[in-house]
Amino acid sequence: MTVLDVRAVTKVYGDGAATVHALRGVSLDVERGEYVAIMGSSGSGKSTLMNILGCLDIPSTGRYLLDGVDVSRLNDRQLALVRNRRIGFVFQSFNLIPRTTAVANVELPLAYAGVKPAERRRRALVALDMVGLADRAGHEPNQLSGGQQQRVAVARALVTEPALVLADEPTGNLDSRSTEDILRIFDDLHAAGRTIVLITHETDVAARASRLIRLFDGQIASDIWQERILT
Amino acid sequence: MSLFEVLRFAVRGIGANKLRSGLTMLGILIGVAAVILLVAVGNGSAREVAQRIEALGTKTLTVQGVGGDQVLTPAVAQALHDPVLAPDVTSVSPVVSTQATLTYQGTDHAVQQFVGSYPSYFGASNSPVGTGSAFTDDDVAQGRRVVVIGRTVAEELFPGVEPVGKELTVSGALFTVVGVLDEKSSASGFMDANDLAIAPLTAVQQTLTGYGAYNSIVVEAGSTEQVADAQSQVSLILSQRVHVPAGSTSQPYRIQNASQLLETQSETADTFTTLLGAVAGISLLVGGIGITNIMLVTVTERTREIGIRKALGAPRRVILTQFLAEATMLSLLGGGLGVAAALIGSHFTIVGVRPVIVPSSVALALCVSVAIGLFFGSVPANRAARLRPIDALRYE
Repeated sequence: MTVLDVRAVTKVYGDGAATVHALRGVSLDVERGEYVAIMGSSGSGKSTLMNILGCLDIPSTGRYLLDGVDVSRLNDRQLALVRNRRIGFVFQSFNLIPRTTAVANVELPLAYAGVKPAERRRRALVALDMVGLADRAGHEPNQLSGGQQQRVAVARALVTEPALVLADEPTGNLDSRSTEDILRIFDDLHAAGRTIVLITHETDVAARASRLIRLFDGQIASDIWQERILT
Repeated sequence: MSLFEVLRFAVRGIGANKLRSGLTMLGILIGVAAVILLVAVGNGSAREVAQRIEALGTKTLTVQGVGGDQVLTPAVAQALHDPVLAPDVTSVSPVVSTQATLTYQGTDHAVQQFVGSYPSYFGASNSPVGTGSAFTDDDVAQGRRVVVIGRTVAEELFPGVEPVGKELTVSGALFTVVGVLDEKSSASGFMDANDLAIAPLTAVQQTLTGYGAYNSIVVEAGSTEQVADAQSQVSLILSQRVHVPAGSTSQPYRIQNASQLLETQSETADTFTTLLGAVAGISLLVGGIGITNIMLVTVTERTREIGIRKALGAPRRVILTQFLAEATMLSLLGGGLGVAAALIGSHFTIVGVRPVIVPSSVALALCVSVAIGLFFGSVPANRAARLRPIDALRYE
């Protein structure tokens, strides 16, 4: 079953002389349970594509269907619902809410989903335990290392048990050991049947995906299925 | 999300930056407290002025001779006592007054006003006798040397002694004290209203002033409403009786009306209150601009946070409600503390005035502060909540 269906999507920023064509017609299908890595040099449009996939941005032209639903036809409320229930987004810069404890950060999507406080707390602690941070639940982001912050962010993306996990260079700011922790979590998610799309610069990270898409200058340069290499 | 959840989020948001929240509340607190307190001070001083003037007697008219000596003659005073021409006049008290030195057992006291008049003067001038009694019409007719003294005189001449029944000397003449007046609040700060002595008119004329014209005539009307009628009747009689010297353009007498004085004074006091209110209003406005500034900075600074929340699936309405709840809590809390501070402050005397809280100023100050907090909290929050998540996330 097709989860992501991207059809001839373009994205243009600015106008006049300052026009930037971030995406020049990208078409893409991702089936349920796939583990897709997107690579590309800086400015190739991979982050733009990711933001569109995550419903954080809208395409200039073209259509994007998520689980068969055209996202451009959804209103603010429905979009919020899609972001909350279907997608777990992991950012390169973590994007935790400052001066708020790890467990409160992880609880946040559940709060917007209307889960009761006690149940919320239980599920947030389970998610933190899954990323190995159960003992850091009461810490605020500035008391955590980069790797720990990213693991909190991953826990936050997973806590609603979304079918689709999107990660924009999740290991870009991390050392090799933290990178390994994060990638192991993604391996487990893949094994559990979740659909994963991640952006990376590093070939060894990309090597763990089952499909590798290379972007060049706003277009798909190559799209290959590969044998996963597990370290 | 339930309302309770939203409120909890708002409390967490306020608690996340305690210093900034505290400063915002301080701004509102000062603004609200200033408005309430300054208006209360204005109101308090207006009341005080009104009370002082009421103490003078609002039913009375005072006719004063201006310039020439022989204006207010006994004949004129007699003429004012006319049930046909002046039906609204209930009593006429001719007054002579002079400065005099009172002596009792070697102690001297210079009294500012030694008044000679009729017994009706006590009622007309709102000077009730506290201990002892007033003199009678008979005393006036007989010219008996009796005197009723003010509180200050009693304290100066008879410290620790009951003055009633004692005899004191006024310019060589012996007067018997028959009563002491009640304590009276001073109408103006310059003169002590308790530093006076009142004796029968005839006795004072005989011993001190001689039988000339009166200094003034105090006319009492039946009630406060009749004062205006009485005044026109009095001025009509005076215009017939008093001869205006040739070549003079002004009347040789002046009629003073306590209720007119009260009106003028309360108008002045109202102006004063308005002025204070305006100053306080400006301080509230400045406080409001402070709130606006902090709200703008807060929301702008938190645009990124709004982006994160949207990316996690928060609908616009929930984000707006959270920020509105935060702004309302801050301004309500600040405003409430301001009201409390003003209520506490009103128990103290400020620049010699005891403040009297005007309830409407409390409501107004509170409403304005909440309205400012709400408006300037919601406008930037609304703008941020409308942004696409990616734009809010990229916002620096």
